Amino acid sequence: MIRIEELTRRYGDSTVVDHVSMQVERGTITVVVGTSGSGKSTLLRMINRLVEPTSGRVSIDGRDTSTESAAQLRRRIGYVIQGHGLFPHRSVAENIATVPRLLRWDEARIAARVAELLRIFQLDPAAYAGKYPHQLSGGQQQRVGVARALAASPAVLLMDEPFGALDPIIRAKAQDDLLELQRRLGTTILLVTHDMDEAFRLGDRVAVMNQGRLLQYDRPARLLTDPADDFVARMTGSADRALKLLALRSAAELAAPGPVEELRLASSASLRDALAELVWRGAAAATVVDAGGAVLGRISVDAILAAGCHA
Amino acid sequence: MPRLKLRVADLVRCGALLLLAAFLVAPQRFAPLFAPLTQFGAPPIYDQGNLLSLALAHLGLVLLAVAASACVAVALGILVTRTAGAGFLPLSRALVNIGQTFPPVAILAIAVPIVGFGARPTLIALFAYGLLPIFENTIAGLRACPPAVLEAADGMGMSAAQRLWGVELPLALPMILEGVRLSLVISVGTATIGSTVAAKGLGEVIIAGLLSNNTAFVLQGGLVTGLMAILLYDAVTVMERRCLHGLPRV
Repeated sequence: MIRIEELTRRYGDSTVVDHVSMQVERGTITVVVGTSGSGKSTLLRMINRLVEPTSGRVSIDGRDTSTESAAQLRRRIGYVIQGHGLFPHRSVAENIATVPRLLRWDEARIAARVAELLRIFQLDPAAYAGKYPHQLSGGQQQRVGVARALAASPAVLLMDEPFGALDPIIRAKAQDDLLELQRRLGTTILLVTHDMDEAFRLGDRVAVMNQGRLLQYDRPARLLTDPADDFVARMTGSADRALKLLALRSAAELAAPGPVEELRLASSASLRDALAELVWRGAAAATVVDAGGAVLGRISVDAILAAGCHA
Repeated sequence: MPRLKLRVADLVRCGALLLLAAFLVAPQRFAPLFAPLTQFGAPPIYDQGNLLSLALAHLGLVLLAVAASACVAVALGILVTRTAGAGFLPLSRALVNIGQTFPPVAILAIAVPIVGFGARPTLIALFAYGLLPIFENTIAGLRACPPAVLEAADGMGMSAAQRLWGVELPLALPMILEGVRLSLVISVGTATIGSTVAAKGLGEVIIAGLLSNNTAFVLQGGLVTGLMAILLYDAVTVMERRCLHGLPRV
């Protein structure tokens, strides 16, 4: 768990981060979203002390981060940045081995860990371990960047616009992979982005920042239904908020007993996707099935519309 | 195609090296080539000293001076690119520039009364002359490190020294070597004037030729010096390519 208390950073007269307090629960993904200059990156960088706070405290699992050296602290926190920042003169394996080397693991353990991570990130160790970053595609570079950050199994992973340099299709895949990875490893992730859709897609909780202040910190659905102020409402976008809300819930939630329909929907589909599919096919209802093909129940357009209604 | 090109380059390289070695080891064999350049039965090949030992002394002088320039210039370059040392940049640059703007001949003239005749004043002149290219290239190389890479190095928990040795210097190395190459080539040529203050070197051959109006001597001294410069340039270029690991140039 990351506990941030009254964290403030000033540069001269300007306050970049202004008395921000929040708690990131262990094993969740928290997304900090804001426009550029909102102080979100500075907030993130104060957690691994790339920026020293002017005042306030950060503690990770109860331990104040100012009690150890910045280098020691950073070796137990994963850090992923936009444009990956891979070392161009080191191979993929050497890049991933960076933190284990700093921690003086023995070579056999490092080699085993590197191979394990490459496999987790769907990169064949035999083919990719010896390659240099410039020989990889953008998506592969990004994955190696995340693998490098996770090499020493940090409990906390900080990500600063990690998908910012990727094109939309690869970005969607990278986001799915991150969700899957987080479920598998249980890492506590704090991610910074300017993209509200990304925040909704990834975040168990979303923090909205503007001009250094934390405006709202809540579950994504609450940002839509109860925005703290106009700025949050504008950030989340009010025109399609009903659809965004539906996108946050899965079809499985509304599956109810009923007759079997011709159209079938995967239980992992969001209500938004379910609605789109029903409208497209001209069907009034569909049967929801899980990944194994077992019937969970029936979902109707009416039920989805009712779920999205906030009047 | 590039493979073939590389082979041709290697052949030329080996050929030049062999030619230089052959001339230095057995210069008399080349006498017929130089004979037409002499008058009144003057010797066609330099005979007032051993050409090989002169060439080696010349090379030694250059390597020693450039090694010293490289150590000082790289250290200064590192210093002024650290946050704590940034204030020293104007001063360092001024000092290094003096070494370049002050003609080596003038440095020789000043150094001789202080350190005497021989290799020492020449070393000082070459050292001062060689600082600037290495210094400026070190700074350029260190500054060209991508900010995201440095941020990642800090974020991984590297200490300042680990970042410098493990990331910054390896990335700046091609640029630094380029500076070393420049200094080497300049110094090989400049070292010939060291012979005016009795430093052993190929300048002796040229000066002897000028004094006795023997074009063959002048040409021999000039050709050996030139060939040495080209081969050194080439050797450092090959080294640069090696340390790139087949990477794209940053």
